[in-house]
Amino acid sequence: MNTFINSVPRSWRERKYKYRLIGGICKKCNATFYPYRGSCPYCGSDDIEEVNLPKKGRLISYTIIYSPPSEFRLKQPYIVGLIELEDGTRIIAQITDVDVNEVKDGIEVEAVFRRYREQGADGIIEYGIKFRPISD
Amino acid sequence: MKIKDVSIIGYGAYVPIFRIKDSEIARVWGRDPKRVPVNEKSVPGYDEDSLTMAVEATLNALKRSNISPDIIGAILVGSESPPYAVKPSATVIAEVLGVSRIVAVDMEFACRAGTTAMQNVIGMVGSGMIEAGIAIGTDTAQGRPGDELEYTAAAGAASYIISKSGNDDIARFEGSFSYVTDTPDFWRREGERFPRHGYRFTGEPAYFHHIYSAAKGLMDELGLKPQDFAHVVFHQPNVKFPTRMAKQLGFNKEQLKYGLLSGYIGNTYAAASLIGLANVLDNAKVGDRILVVSFGSGAGSDAFSIIVEDGILSKRDLAPKVFDYISRKKYIDYSIYSKFRRNIVM
Repeated sequence: MNTFINSVPRSWRERKYKYRLIGGICKKCNATFYPYRGSCPYCGSDDIEEVNLPKKGRLISYTIIYSPPSEFRLKQPYIVGLIELEDGTRIIAQITDVDVNEVKDGIEVEAVFRRYREQGADGIIEYGIKFRPISD
Repeated sequence: MKIKDVSIIGYGAYVPIFRIKDSEIARVWGRDPKRVPVNEKSVPGYDEDSLTMAVEATLNALKRSNISPDIIGAILVGSESPPYAVKPSATVIAEVLGVSRIVAVDMEFACRAGTTAMQNVIGMVGSGMIEAGIAIGTDTAQGRPGDELEYTAAAGAASYIISKSGNDDIARFEGSFSYVTDTPDFWRREGERFPRHGYRFTGEPAYFHHIYSAAKGLMDELGLKPQDFAHVVFHQPNVKFPTRMAKQLGFNKEQLKYGLLSGYIGNTYAAASLIGLANVLDNAKVGDRILVVSFGSGAGSDAFSIIVEDGILSKRDLAPKVFDYISRKKYIDYSIYSKFRRNIVM
């Protein structure tokens, strides 16, 4: 059976952060994080500003999803990676345009705008940033 | 239509990384792998559509334009494969760029939609309604499995930032001419997934008649001959049609060299002539005159005469070139292709 998480307002609220890779910077402890949220995940401060994060980074680690939720079934297998951006911010995102047999820790990656998922065949399509290997 | 003081200040293209060889498609359907219209065609990845490709092409165009998105007054998106039947792509692109106080709308006219977007932005800039605007042609073309179109229906996007002429222009518009008739050579009815077409009927009365009429009309209006152009770009559903069209109009192979890419990537529909133009700009010399003629089924053609300006020299290398995208490629077989194109019923 197919089940889908249907939240139009959630994807609308997050659109700016997901389309433009906008994170948060904590004015108290100076940590940067993604996606933007109102309080710092490191020190708990509420003094947070939006920040445009760098579009390039390095793949630190990854996992391959072979048994995905309904809305990702046609995409299996796909890669979810932990990326360290050029400014040190660590983010989790899908890795695209690379075969599961070719992906490696340490590869240089860049942000691209892609489809995340669909909320069913008649639901909205969610878009946002993924990362792909930087070609030579 | 003469155009005064309107220029291209940024351009960008995008072609997905995946390719399928026509010989692989021929293998599945029992056709002679040597008698295919193109060598290979681009295929959008499972997470790509006409909108995501338009975003990458537009970000490339912005890199070359050296402007802030704040001066953009319009985003017009030409496509026949929008991700939604009702909900515009143009507003998503505007959101990616962070601009809201603009005109943003999608346009449809088969493979001609991208150049029609360009013509509209030229009109808005020329009239003084806006300072600068973005015209996009983008498609993930649909071909019914086993149909003739499956051998060529490809994916790509091109985006142009058009502004009042200044000191840093990449190219200047000299004139434009359009030609339309009611010709049912190719269509897709509401709710249908794949288009239908009129086989041989798509040649003479459709492709050739409209491109010839628009190209001749523009050259007559501007008092120009084929030898006045350094480059020519036609809509390119295959390699044969634009090659024959060039010969018929009096252009030689050298003039067609940079503008004909269908042999490498297939038919990118609304993006086809505009990616061809991007590759010409990647290679042209300052002062070169370019003729671009699109064709969209249903049917119509837009022709443009464009002169390359010296801004091209400093801007060309600010974003990936068309051949950067054409050269990076991963071949997939028909099974993966079917999965990516959602031709597997889950």
